[in-house]
Amino acid sequence: MLYTAVAAGGFRRYATYRVATAAGVFTNTVFGFIVAYSYIALWNERPHLGGYDQAQALTFAWTGQALLAATAMMAGGGIAELQERIRNGDIAVDLHRPADLQSWWLAADLGRAGFQLIGRGVVPMAVGACFFDLALPGEAWTWGLFLLSAGLAVVVSFALRYLVAVASFWLLDGSGLAVISGLAAMFFSGMVLPLRIFPDGFGQVAQLLPWAALLQVPADVLLGARTGGAVVRGLVFQAGWAVVLLALGRLMQSAATRKVVVHGG
Amino acid sequence: MSGAVGEALIEVADVEKVFSVRRKAGRLRRVRQEVRAVEGLTFTVPRGEMVGYIGPNGAGKSTTIKMLTGILTPSGGRLRVAGLDPSRERTRLARRIGVVFGQRTTLWWDLPLKDSYELVRRMYRVPDAAYRANRERCVELLDLGPLLDVPVRQLSLGQRMRGDIAAALLHDPEVLYLDEPTIGLDVISKAKVREFLREVNTERGTTVLLTTHDLTDIEQLCRRVMVIDHGRLVYDGRLDGLRAAGEGERTLVVDLERELPPIDGLPGARTVKVAGPRQWLAFPAGQSAAPLVAAVAARYPLVDLSIREPDIEDVIARLYAGGVPGVAAPPAAGR
Ligand SMILES: Nc1ncnc2c1ncn2[C@@H]1O[C@H](COP(=O)(O)OP(=O)(O)O)[C@@H](O)[C@H]1O
Ligand SMILES: [Mg+2]
Repeated sequence: MLYTAVAAGGFRRYATYRVATAAGVFTNTVFGFIVAYSYIALWNERPHLGGYDQAQALTFAWTGQALLAATAMMAGGGIAELQERIRNGDIAVDLHRPADLQSWWLAADLGRAGFQLIGRGVVPMAVGACFFDLALPGEAWTWGLFLLSAGLAVVVSFALRYLVAVASFWLLDGSGLAVISGLAAMFFSGMVLPLRIFPDGFGQVAQLLPWAALLQVPADVLLGARTGGAVVRGLVFQAGWAVVLLALGRLMQSAATRKVVVHGG
Repeated sequence: MSGAVGEALIEVADVEKVFSVRRKAGRLRRVRQEVRAVEGLTFTVPRGEMVGYIGPNGAGKSTTIKMLTGILTPSGGRLRVAGLDPSRERTRLARRIGVVFGQRTTLWWDLPLKDSYELVRRMYRVPDAAYRANRERCVELLDLGPLLDVPVRQLSLGQRMRGDIAAALLHDPEVLYLDEPTIGLDVISKAKVREFLREVNTERGTTVLLTTHDLTDIEQLCRRVMVIDHGRLVYDGRLDGLRAAGEGERTLVVDLERELPPIDGLPGARTVKVAGPRQWLAFPAGQSAAPLVAAVAARYPLVDLSIREPDIEDVIARLYAGGVPGVAAPPAAGR
């Protein structure tokens, strides 16, 4: 299949950046320690903040570092390249080919995320588990559900970044939007602080926004704050946003295609 | 491949493309302005032909190619490629044509060249045997063997272009459009690309439409040339006819043994420049250089010589200024 080959290419491509991967693992680990010690201070002051005990809070911190690269929250991930192709007009060539643009980039991004989940996620998580007392599940199926949720997190993250990239068809400079969207993702995913610790109204709204699908939901699945039906609801929440945002991306993509084909860009 | 040689594969009738651009006028005001990139464009290309499409920057060459691939809709007129309306049936057409945009790559930047070919095979669903044969042929003729495992970003411009041309041909297209394929290439890459295109056209019967502003490409490859300027076709016919129509001048550059007064008294030639022992003689492009060379050699201590072809900008400028025959010639003129 074409798109599996594209995904495999995305995986291999990031696998070739060995130095960048090593540097990223180092950064994620260092930040893991910083965040973990901040959380220890915070949870000593306010035990059971947001309903998490300290082990769960630390698990949240390390899960965030493990998923940071895969969900490409800060940088555009592979999508920055799409934005550049739109900006310089290379995108016209892509439109000519008998392949769907969104599916192509989704496949490439899933390949990238697959590599980064392993290459950038496993080591920080393992280091965190060595140095701190984490609330990691013992049963394999909880890990399985976490991986499923992490996969959906990547899809939602892609769908959001794709919207930002396609917006470059109308913006003179899409980099501002990319920065804003990155900041929104960092905050509303729970990367800065878990969304559950925010005051009721704000916290609840934040947990309904699509960014919650990036970290808050998968972390809660892993650290046991979501069990049983809550896991299923979490996954449905993620899948729902994935479908909505991908559909929105398609709409924007066809409008953009019309614009290119009629107005030449 | 379907269809007989000689049947019209590309049909362009009275095609027009108008872009509307917004320009700043004053501090806050913006005005809409229409740019006619192409107008009244009419030509046909029979199956199996190799046509050169030349013109200065901004003439409308890329716009034409984009309309022929379907990634740009014409504002008016009628366009057919292999019987299909390109912009309506872009994806169906894509399986039957190959495109190379000199300035843009379709190769996957960070992966080895061969991975991009693998993706092309899947994207166009090329049957295994055809894929293997095509890839082998391209690799051999374009000398890609040592490059297959190299990530595209590490290729030189000439290597990348050869890689892109091969990628455009793996699915056996009936037509190959090339938009400035030799721009910025080194001499060796240029020669390889030209040789390859000749092979593709004569051996495979692929119809080729080649955009360039390098007259040498056309001279070495195409019997027929179309000239576009300011969005209008100003010439369509044989290359030698273009030279005559443009009343272009060729230049004979001679190196003499020593500094001498300007060469004088040769029929049909005049000395336009002298620099030390080197002199430049202009003569009509339609005239053979042989008698002139013989005359110079007979009378002057000649050390070396070379001939410069009129450049295309020059020829086109003359085409316009002179209102010479050949301007807006009928599509089939001179063939
Ligand atoms: N998307 C576009 N929007 C507005 N004007 C354009 C666009 N594309 C091309 N043009 C204009 O159309 C004319 C022809 O351009 P082009 O076809 O690229 O020329 P060439 O390829 O011969 O250099 C130029 O004046 C160019 O500025
Ligand atoms: Mg051009």
